[in-house]
Amino acid sequence: MSEKITSIDELNTLREKYHEAVKKEDVRILVCAGTGCQASGSLKVWEKMSELAKDTNITVEFATHVKHPHVHKSGCLGFCEQGPLVRIEPLGVLYTKVHPEDCEEIFDVTVKRGEIVNRLLYKNKITGEECYNQDEIPFYKGQTRVVLKTCGTIDPESIDEAISAGEYQALAKALFTMTPDEVIKTVLDSKLRGRGGGGFIAGKKWQQVAGQPEKIRYVVCNGDEGDPGAFMDCSIMEGDPHRMIEGMIIAAYAVGAQEGYIYVRAEYPLAVKRLTLAIQQATERGLLGDNILGSGFSFKLNINRGAGAFVCGEGSALTASIEGKRGMPRVKPPRTVEQGLFAKPTVLNNVETYANVPQIILDGAEWYRSIGTENSPGTKTFALTGAVRNTGLVEVPFGITPRKIIFDIGGGIRDDRKFKAVQIGGPSGGCLTEAQLDEPLDFDSVKKLGVIVGSGGLVVMDENTCMVEVARFFMEFTHRESCGKCVPCREGTLRMLEILERIVAGNGRMEDIDELRSLADLIINTALCGLGKSAPLPVVSTLNSFMDEYIEHIQNKKCPAHVCQKLKQYTIDPEKCRSCSKCARGCPVQAIDGKPKVPYVIDQAKCIKCGACMSACPFKAINVA
Amino acid sequence: MGKMIIDGMPVEFTDEQNILSVIRKAGIDLPTLCYHSELSIYGACRLCNVEDDRGRMFASCSERPRDGMKIKTSTPRLVRYRRMLIELMLASHHRDCTTCVKSGDCELQKLAHRLGVSSVRWGYKERTHEKDRSSPSIVRDPDKCILCGDCVRVCEGIQGVNAIDFAHRGTDAMVIPAFNKEIAKTDCVNCGQCRVVCPTGAITINTNIRPVWEALADPNVKVFAQVAPAVRVAVGQAFGGAKGENVMGKIVAALHRLGFDDVYDTTFGADMTILEESKEFLEIFEKGGPFPLFTSCCPAWVSFCEKRWPEFRNNISTSYSPLQMLASVAREYYADPKNSEGKKILSVGIMPCTAKKAEILREDLKRDGKQNVDYILTTEELITMIKRAGIRFDLIEGEAADMPFGIGSGGAVIFGNSGGVMEAALRTLCEGPERSAIEELRNSGVRGPGPLREFTFNYKGHEIKAAVVSGLAEADALLRRVKNGESFYHFVEVMACRRGCIMGGGQPAHAGYRTKEARKHGLYESDVNTQIKKSNENPTALALYDTLIRGREHELLHSHR
Repeated sequence: MSEKITSIDELNTLREKYHEAVKKEDVRILVCAGTGCQASGSLKVWEKMSELAKDTNITVEFATHVKHPHVHKSGCLGFCEQGPLVRIEPLGVLYTKVHPEDCEEIFDVTVKRGEIVNRLLYKNKITGEECYNQDEIPFYKGQTRVVLKTCGTIDPESIDEAISAGEYQALAKALFTMTPDEVIKTVLDSKLRGRGGGGFIAGKKWQQVAGQPEKIRYVVCNGDEGDPGAFMDCSIMEGDPHRMIEGMIIAAYAVGAQEGYIYVRAEYPLAVKRLTLAIQQATERGLLGDNILGSGFSFKLNINRGAGAFVCGEGSALTASIEGKRGMPRVKPPRTVEQGLFAKPTVLNNVETYANVPQIILDGAEWYRSIGTENSPGTKTFALTGAVRNTGLVEVPFGITPRKIIFDIGGGIRDDRKFKAVQIGGPSGGCLTEAQLDEPLDFDSVKKLGVIVGSGGLVVMDENTCMVEVARFFMEFTHRESCGKCVPCREGTLRMLEILERIVAGNGRMEDIDELRSLADLIINTALCGLGKSAPLPVVSTLNSFMDEYIEHIQNKKCPAHVCQKLKQYTIDPEKCRSCSKCARGCPVQAIDGKPKVPYVIDQAKCIKCGACMSACPFKAINVA
Repeated sequence: MGKMIIDGMPVEFTDEQNILSVIRKAGIDLPTLCYHSELSIYGACRLCNVEDDRGRMFASCSERPRDGMKIKTSTPRLVRYRRMLIELMLASHHRDCTTCVKSGDCELQKLAHRLGVSSVRWGYKERTHEKDRSSPSIVRDPDKCILCGDCVRVCEGIQGVNAIDFAHRGTDAMVIPAFNKEIAKTDCVNCGQCRVVCPTGAITINTNIRPVWEALADPNVKVFAQVAPAVRVAVGQAFGGAKGENVMGKIVAALHRLGFDDVYDTTFGADMTILEESKEFLEIFEKGGPFPLFTSCCPAWVSFCEKRWPEFRNNISTSYSPLQMLASVAREYYADPKNSEGKKILSVGIMPCTAKKAEILREDLKRDGKQNVDYILTTEELITMIKRAGIRFDLIEGEAADMPFGIGSGGAVIFGNSGGVMEAALRTLCEGPERSAIEELRNSGVRGPGPLREFTFNYKGHEIKAAVVSGLAEADALLRRVKNGESFYHFVEVMACRRGCIMGGGQPAHAGYRTKEARKHGLYESDVNTQIKKSNENPTALALYDTLIRGREHELLHSHR
């Protein structure tokens, strides 16, 4: 067991010590071990690198004072599209799409000689230039990394590295130089807003909890990131768990809480593992538990795994779930700050919100407000996915335009297709269209556009996306994930889904549009919880921006993007057909007929649009429209 | 304290916990399907939504009243939403209204009618779930459930039984026992409170009307009935009578017309219970324990104690419940061919209680392998039978109950109220000038509001510590305190249903505060009007000890748990 740190001086000494140790490790090979890179095989790369590094005869030629290169797993570097990623320090070079076969070459060329393996560098898609350094890559150039500052540059499984990178300095500052009220005031002044979706001023929550007469209080972290396509909180928990833990301890100190819970979805096993390790290490070091850093303040932190219900991301459902009850939102008031977990005053923020706190304490509210916009200061992490070239995790200042994110950082639309829309805010959000791409992206501006910032999912859609199908997809999600408590959400989403399914199957009626709107209006105004109230937003937003697509589906039974299977029409091009009969033989419903030397024909009445003929045809004679 | 404007009308509020209560106080019957003042706030039906002057919409059940608030309760938008909500509920509901047992008494049906929902534009839900008929007391029909959660909250919050809860998500959500077991295989104690709060036909009484009616028509069967105290104050209202009015005479007349050969009064059995139970108590009191002695009248309580607190099961009095007392004695009475006329005897109890349907099946209450009571009809079932037979209850003349089991004391009548059993038992211990002692006892704390009352009673210079508790969650808490040594009592009366049998699981549901109070006063009023106040003054009961049951008290009047 490591020694406990019992004072601020010890913390600083230790920081210096680790910092020196890290400096001595001049050649550090950081293999990204985020979920995305792991999925593309980064662990194999890490194994191979570690194996190579075991050879004690390696001599680092370009920096003779270094005794030996060190290999570490790092947190998510964000550029998941190009994974597995390998970063070599101190050179700052970032290799993309590294395979185990490349490792020996990297060792020989870069680790030993300090030269570059050009073929593994990222090439700028537009200029074709090779990017030697991580910061030169357009994907990183447009970002401002506050929360993700050390994510990807330290080993998330080592508290020593976290301390050497300056983590827990903010905690020490808060504990020894600030009163709880001053901490709250700083967070309040920073105008930090909750990153979970609501955008409520975090400092206000803290202030309200601190002002409750009940003295037993809790600090809870919402790590139940459930939006389809979102992985921001996942990356923070996996890549830099100590930053958010530090934020939670500071929050606990500010509001006088004795115990905290991190609620993580069980689908994030790596996050759970690293958080568990981080809590264990922090406890061993005296940064958690009794008498933190000898300050007299004590705080215990627990991890609670969620079983996968989307609704448990809702505050009251989350606390109910921690209590061992059915994860179901309850009516408010009383609010969570009054009666939250175990009916005690509770600060409930999400992962990213807590991860913002340490830097605010260190650099002050004014510094924080210098980033972002006046009412949405700071940065926001987004999970950039979909039809964009550079998918991955990005952190940008509020006020940036969606266009910059998608076209500068994201590198534009894949395969040079046309941009159609970007879905923001997950199942509770909506779509932004081309015309809205130059609006600033912050809490209040996007609200005016009828969508929400949400937790940070950005799904980019190109011309090949059917917006009715997108609406159906999200409605299916919210319907499936409705807890079933209140009538409008439980029954209303079912009926909206039924209508959308009807439309994408070509059985829609024009009255369906009105019905969708009236159901959406009902749910938005009467549902019990925030998730219910926002469930119809993807439909409303697509109805507002893409009404023509709905009408096309309903009146002409056509899907303009050729996505909706049931609306596709397969035909045989008589020019290309050689009457080989392969399509007819492959058709499961005998819808194709023909004779030798005469082009075959598909009976549209029989066709079930399965596409089997298309894959069977050797002459590409089958068209789909 | 404050004043708010509701639909343009100024309304004062005092300690109301939510706007809904203030709105109702103002004389506006805002529709709800998941709100009960005694249960926790759930907020699922969203029907009680109101709008404030800023156009903000919220559920009035879960918002605290604030001074100066301006609320509108039925703007066109609100009315439209309410109709849609009902329509959505109906769309997923099994709509065989015409043949549903709850038809005419169904809250969902009533609201659909009231709000003018004349068609449902969405698909019809096919019957997909089997009815659960495993319980002798209730029938569960999940296809009629609207997931208002009332049953779950009453079972958890008021009864502390937790036999049912929600499972699954979204439209798959259901109220079921754990692991979807049959309800009879759970900790369910058959109290029937779930059925009382259920707005639809999802939980109903497991009825025994048919076999009773068949027996009534059979010339070879002599059917006798006994009518429990709480029944007499709950029937009249169903036929246009006053709330809580004692209509025992009319009930007897109606039962005679339905074909019951003899109609007895369970108050007779209650007097027997008191005679035996007070004897038992005095023995224990003089012996110095074990304390506390618990009353045994309530079968749901007995079942709860056996399942949750087996360590206390031997503290429950062995005396039969009034139902069993009368039935056991009547069995002896009819054993004489002179009384049975050589016919087969069928014993029926008219009870406010669904748990009695389970009690009669208990092995320890059988004698020679035979049940003392063949069927239980709840008050609801009695009303159904009277209506079905076309008896004009409002017009019939009252009749006296049949002898020899037709008389009970005033103490026995108040059995139907929480505290009544305790008061009747302690009355027999009252000494001195009769009236004043009884008066003193009445004001000792045995009566009053709230689910728990603790008081002391002076018996020959000794202090008896007594408690009266209703609602099993409250009883559960009391048992915990007793077990932990935090509380000590000599004698405890437990009734599973809040306020006692007048609010039993078999009583007509939809009883608001005024009805509950009226039933309570109806029974206390009846006590005032009786000449015989104490059980040990009931001449017919006392006479039995010299005749039918002489020397067989233990065999005939006590359970052998």
